[in-house]
Amino acid sequence: MGETVRHQTAPLKCWPKAKELRLKYYEDYARAHERGGLRWAGGAWSFSAIPAGLGRDVYSLTSEPYGASIAFDKALSLRCMEATERAGFARDLCAYMRNYWGSVLLNEYAFGGPFPKPDFLWQDHICCSHAKWYQVVSDLEGGLPHFCIDVAVGPYQDVAPHKIDYLVNQMHDGIEWLERTTGRKYDDELLIEAVQNEFRTTSTWAEVCSLNKHVPAPLEEKTMYSLYVLGTLNKHDRAVADFYAELRDEVRERVAQGIAAIPNERCRLMSDTQPPWGFLNIFRYMEEYGAISVGSLYTFGLIGIWEDQPDGSWGPRTTPMQQGIVIKSRDEALRRYADWTLSKPEWQHFYSPHLKTAMMLRIAREWKLDGVLLHYNRGCEGLSVGIAENRLGLIEAGVPVMAFEGNMGDEREFDEARVKARFDAFMETLGVKKNGRA
Amino acid sequence: MNEKRTEPNAESGNPAAGAAVPRFSAACGTCGSTCGPQPPTATHGGDGNRQPVANQTSAGPFAAFRDWRLDRAAYARQWKQRTGGKVIGYFCTYAPEELMYAAGILPVRILGSHEVQNVTEPHIFGMFCPFCRDCLAQGLLGRYEYLDGIMIAQSCLHIRQTFTSWQKHVPIDYSYYLPMPHHVQSRHAAPFLAKELAIFQASLEDWLGRKIAAPALENAIDIYNRNRQLLWRVYETRQAADPPLSGEEALEMVLAAQMVDKQDHNAALESLLARLPERRLPRPTGARLMILGSKDDDIEFIHMVEACGATFVIDDHCTGTRYFWNNTDPDGDPLDRLARRYVQRVPCPTKDWPARTRVPHAVALAKKYGAQGAIVMQQKFCDPHEADVPALTKALNDAGLKTLFLEFDVTVPIGQFKVRVEAFLEMLREDDLF
Repeated sequence: MGETVRHQTAPLKCWPKAKELRLKYYEDYARAHERGGLRWAGGAWSFSAIPAGLGRDVYSLTSEPYGASIAFDKALSLRCMEATERAGFARDLCAYMRNYWGSVLLNEYAFGGPFPKPDFLWQDHICCSHAKWYQVVSDLEGGLPHFCIDVAVGPYQDVAPHKIDYLVNQMHDGIEWLERTTGRKYDDELLIEAVQNEFRTTSTWAEVCSLNKHVPAPLEEKTMYSLYVLGTLNKHDRAVADFYAELRDEVRERVAQGIAAIPNERCRLMSDTQPPWGFLNIFRYMEEYGAISVGSLYTFGLIGIWEDQPDGSWGPRTTPMQQGIVIKSRDEALRRYADWTLSKPEWQHFYSPHLKTAMMLRIAREWKLDGVLLHYNRGCEGLSVGIAENRLGLIEAGVPVMAFEGNMGDEREFDEARVKARFDAFMETLGVKKNGRA
Repeated sequence: MNEKRTEPNAESGNPAAGAAVPRFSAACGTCGSTCGPQPPTATHGGDGNRQPVANQTSAGPFAAFRDWRLDRAAYARQWKQRTGGKVIGYFCTYAPEELMYAAGILPVRILGSHEVQNVTEPHIFGMFCPFCRDCLAQGLLGRYEYLDGIMIAQSCLHIRQTFTSWQKHVPIDYSYYLPMPHHVQSRHAAPFLAKELAIFQASLEDWLGRKIAAPALENAIDIYNRNRQLLWRVYETRQAADPPLSGEEALEMVLAAQMVDKQDHNAALESLLARLPERRLPRPTGARLMILGSKDDDIEFIHMVEACGATFVIDDHCTGTRYFWNNTDPDGDPLDRLARRYVQRVPCPTKDWPARTRVPHAVALAKKYGAQGAIVMQQKFCDPHEADVPALTKALNDAGLKTLFLEFDVTVPIGQFKVRVEAFLEMLREDDLF
C-alpha cells in the first residue's frame, strides 16, 4: 500500500446517459404493447440477441437486474419476499428470483404500475435455479411459452465441436420455436446485427475493466455496477455497445489525466459475487480508509468477454469483426455466438472453484490488489458456489481475504454493522487506518 | 409450446409383471413398541462412526442388503481383492455406471453418514445442502479411502462442490467430471451425451491402460438392466393390500444396489423374490404412504414413520425409484442407448424443464401404489426441489393425497418429526372414519 496521495477526481461525464439508458429500458419493456411490440422475460445470461431477430420492437425484462432493482427498494423487496413465501416457496431460494416472483404475485412493477406480463420466456440454464425460475413464472402467470437453452457443456478450456453443436442445435430449435410462438418471421440480418452488437458490448466492457489496472483506478466498483448493468439488460443492443465505446474513451481519458475514482486511494481490493444491493453504502465506508474495490470477477466477467493478450495479460477478447470476419448466415452467427459466450469468465467457475481461484489470483496480480472481500452470498447459489474453496485458494497464495456473509437481495440476511466491524478489523490487519492515515 | 420428450410415467420402466401378493410372516428385526427388542448398531458411512439405528432388517431376506450398506467399505475391499478391479465413488445417480462396470470398475455411490461433523465448513459454504456437506465429510474423514477414483455426472451445484473439494483435498488417483446435459427434454441432449460418454470411456481406458471391449459393455448393460428389472419386480409387490416389505427394507435394498456389484445384488434379489410370496410384515400395514424428495437414505426416519403405524409403499427420490426406474434399450449403439437411458430417466428437478414431467409421474406412482398420503421431504437448501415443492404438493393434493412437508438436515429431529408424523397419520385415519 502506498502513501496517501490526493488524486484528482471528477464525475463521469457519461453518467447521466447511463441512467437514461437504464430507465428507457424498463419503460420500453412496460410500454411495448402500446407500440405493437413484443415483450419477453429471461435471464441476463440468456442469448438475448436471438429474440432480436423477431424485429426491432421486441423488448426484454432480464430477471437478475430486475431482482436487484427490487432489492434496492427494501420496502418493496420485503413485500415481494413475503408474498413469495406465502405462496409456499422456501426463503433460502435465489433472492433475485424471490423478488421477481413476489413482483409478479403482487402485480407490482418496480418502475410503476402493474407487472407487465411477458409474451414469452427466453432463458438459459447455468445454475440450478435458472430454468426453474421461469417454470414458476409460467405457473404464476397462468402458463407462458417457455424456451430454455442448456449451456452447461463444461469449461471453455475443454470446448469441442460437439459442445458447440449442442448449443447451436438448441438455438436453431429456439428460433423455430420463436417463430411458432409469436407468429413472426425471423430475420437473420437482425440476428447478425444483434450478435455483433453483443460481441462489441462484451469486449468493450472488458476493455473498460482492464483500464482499472491503472493506479489510481479511474473507476470504483459501486460506480461500475451502474455501468455494467446495461450489459445485463441489453447487451445485444446497439445503444449499449455504443455507450460502452463512449465510456471506454472517457475512462481512457481519465487514465491519461490521472483522474481517480476516489481521491485517497491507498488500498486496492476486489469483491466477489453480487453485493448486498440494499447496502451499497459499505463501499463508501471503505473509502474512509482510502480503500477502493476496483472490481471483481463478477463485475468483470459476467458481461465482459476476455482473452489472453500478446503480452500475457488479461484483456478484451478480439471480436470477429476485429478479425475481419463477416458473418453471413444464421448458423455461422449462432456458432460464433455460442463459442463467444461459452468463454465468459463468470461461467467457468460453475464447473470448478479452482478455475475461479486461478482467475481471481490473476486479477489480484494484474490489478495490483492488496486484498479480497468475499461476499458469502446467501442469495445466489450460482455465484457463491465454491466460494469457500476460493477463500482457501487465495489464502494459500498469500492474498489477504476478508469473508463476510450476506444476501444480495434479501435485506433480512445482511448485518451492516457486523460487516463494517469486520472491515475495520481487516483494515487493521492490513495496517490501514481511517481517512488515509498511515 | 414446449419441446416433446418421452415422458416418464408410472407405467414406464422395466416390463416385469406384478408379483403375487405374499402372505407369510418372515423373521424380521424388531424395534420399539411395534417390533420388539433393540437391534444392533449400524454404521452409516463407509468406515464411519457407529450410530444406533433401530432396524427391521437385521435378519431375514433383507439382512444382506443391510449388511452391505453398513459394511460397504469391507465389501469394496473384498471385491477388489477378489476381482483385481478398481473402485470409483460417484456422486449423483446420473453417473453411467454401466460404462465403469464394463471397465472392471465397481461404481459405489458416495453417501453421507447423518452424523454431526465439523470438517466441511472451510470447504463448502453453509448455504448449500446438508447432503453435499455430509458426503464431503466422509471423504475428508477418510471413510472412503478404498476408492481409486471419483466421478460426477453433472447435476446440481451443491453436490458438484463435494466433487471439486474432494478432488483437491482427498488423495485420489482418478477423477472425472461428466457434463451430463440438463436440457433432457431436448432432442439434442442424448446425442450430446453419447459423445460425452465416448470421451469418458476414452478417459477410463487411458487410466486403466486397456480398452473396454464391446461385449463387456453389452454385458454390463444387461446386468444393470436385470438389476433394474428385479428391483422393479420387488417394488411391484408393494402394490398389494398388505405389502410384503416395509419402506425401510425397500430403502435398504436400493441403497445396497448403489454400493455392491450388481451381479451380487441380482443374486440377492432373485433369492428375495423367491421368498417374497410367502412373506408378510409382522404388523398391520397401516397408512400407505409415499415419500418424495431429492434423496433419502435416512433409515432412522423411515423406521420412525413406519413404527407410528404406516408403511411406505412407493417413493420418488434418487435413492429409490429414480435410480432404477428406466432401462436401457436393447438395440443399437451401446453409447447411444446409454445416453438415451440417462436422458430419458425420471428426471431430477434440476433437469426437469421446461415442462414438469416428474409431477405427473409422481402422482401416477402414488395412485398405482395406492398411497393415501405423501411425505414431501426436502433437503434444506436444495433449490431445484424447493422450486418444485409447491407444484408437486398441489398436484398431489388435487389427486386426493394429503401431504406432510418436512425439511431435512444432516440429522433430523426425530422427536419433533414424530409428533408431526403422528398428527399426519391421525389426519389420514380421519378419512377412514368419516
